Amino acid sequence: MLRLQKLTKTYKTGDQALKAIDLEVPKGQVLALIGPSGAGKSTMIRCVNRLVEPTSGGVLLDDVDLTKLGSGALRKARREMGMIFQEYALVERLTVMENVLSGRLGYVGFWRSFLRRYPQSDVDEAFRLLDRVGLLHMADKRADELSGGQRQRVGICRALIQNPKLLLVDEPTASLDPKTSRQIMRLITELCQERGLAAIINIHDVALAQMFVPRVVGLRFGEIVYDGLPTGLTPEKLTEIYGEEDWEATIEKVDEDDDVEAAE
Amino acid sequence: MPILERDDAQIWRRRTTGQSLVRWFGWLLGVAIFVYCWQLISESTTWFFVWDAPRIANDIWTRATPPKWDYITQLGRPIWDTLNIATLGTIIALCMAVPVAFLAARNTTPSALFIRPIALLVIVSTRSINSLIWALLLIAIIGPGVFAGVIAIAIRSIGFCAKLLYEAIEEIDHTQVEAITATGASRWQVMAYGIVPQILPAFAGIAVFRWDINIRESTVLGLVGAGGIGLQLSASLNVLAWPQVSLILIVILVAVMISEWVSAKVRGAII
Repeated sequence: MLRLQKLTKTYKTGDQALKAIDLEVPKGQVLALIGPSGAGKSTMIRCVNRLVEPTSGGVLLDDVDLTKLGSGALRKARREMGMIFQEYALVERLTVMENVLSGRLGYVGFWRSFLRRYPQSDVDEAFRLLDRVGLLHMADKRADELSGGQRQRVGICRALIQNPKLLLVDEPTASLDPKTSRQIMRLITELCQERGLAAIINIHDVALAQMFVPRVVGLRFGEIVYDGLPTGLTPEKLTEIYGEEDWEATIEKVDEDDDVEAAE
Repeated sequence: MPILERDDAQIWRRRTTGQSLVRWFGWLLGVAIFVYCWQLISESTTWFFVWDAPRIANDIWTRATPPKWDYITQLGRPIWDTLNIATLGTIIALCMAVPVAFLAARNTTPSALFIRPIALLVIVSTRSINSLIWALLLIAIIGPGVFAGVIAIAIRSIGFCAKLLYEAIEEIDHTQVEAITATGASRWQVMAYGIVPQILPAFAGIAVFRWDINIRESTVLGLVGAGGIGLQLSASLNVLAWPQVSLILIVILVAVMISEWVSAKVRGAII
């Protein structure tokens, strides 16, 4: 469904963030993108919805090359891609409900959105999503009154109300505690399953990635160095992605964590 | 940061000997210049008037007190004009300042090469000329009266408001804008949802702050004929009616105090 063809991004400073990335994500597949800081993970998902302009190469969403679209068509294409951010990126001074409804901005006109006159179907869907993530009672709170985990749930609602085919998820758990991190990862993967969504999840917690996703892609210096099952991430592979380190503990921890999880 | 080795101990000093000497000479030079300037000023001062000052001040004080309280009946209208000049001027200035600020902010300007310098020029030129001078110019163009005062205050405030506002726009959290853009929102929707909520507190703060300043500035506009209580002040000064002057000063003081109280309340409510 999503295909990256020789996707390249060179920043003005001359840094090559992405070096001819080829990647195919089938419909409904959730994949984790791991790699050290500066490997190009963030750049890659931002090149997909062109928050960052790729230098060359193609991004094909259902055979439409997003890199060739004009601004109007790009906005239409962005509606198909929900995005979830590391620091939640909610509009802090708006209410939870307004934040969720802002996911419909690509569908409603300026004045309707400015006057907050969203179609009833959008409002219904917003309430349904908030109920699904357990925040219905918070609908009228301002976004900056929420805790980190709650904010990320609102972020998820905002992405889902777009009715996307694909989720682009940028470090969803980096600012959350371990327990909330798992809850958020579980919520994202569950929702993707329910709705048959594909997702690319940037994540630097390898253990967490192994726990929740069926496919892991490892990025290093803007190149794909691993693409396969989470169980295939051997210490040698992790060394190739991240560099020399004692990886046994990380991999063992996964099993322990699973035990803890099961015990709960 | 020199470190001296002495008796096996590392002695730390903030500056090296050379740096200390340079600083010492710097201070010496400063004091010398101060003393020289003092002398220059002293030579060109007519000390007779200075020694005479307490007596004259006392003389004016006795003439000015008590204030001529019944004159207050004639001040209601002028102080009302003054308030209106400040308020209308501020509102007009804000309407003009918002687009200028968006054109001047690095992250929202449509063209950093052509439009931004123009917007910055508008900000600098309106800011650099005092409202009294604007009033003098405008009186020549549109004639004396309250309207000239309103426009003078408005022009003077555009630069001030636009500068503070564009700085607020440049300091917004970019990820919120990114998130709204990623939903497929249009340029105007991104502005309304991603940028405006972030700068609204700053905008309200700037508005009341400038209103507060403008009340003070509009009290003197009358001195050049641009309406308001300054007109009464200059008239009273011209005929040496000191009791009236003192009453006008009291009225201005009260008006400024009220405006400061209001703006403090409003700012407190926003933050």
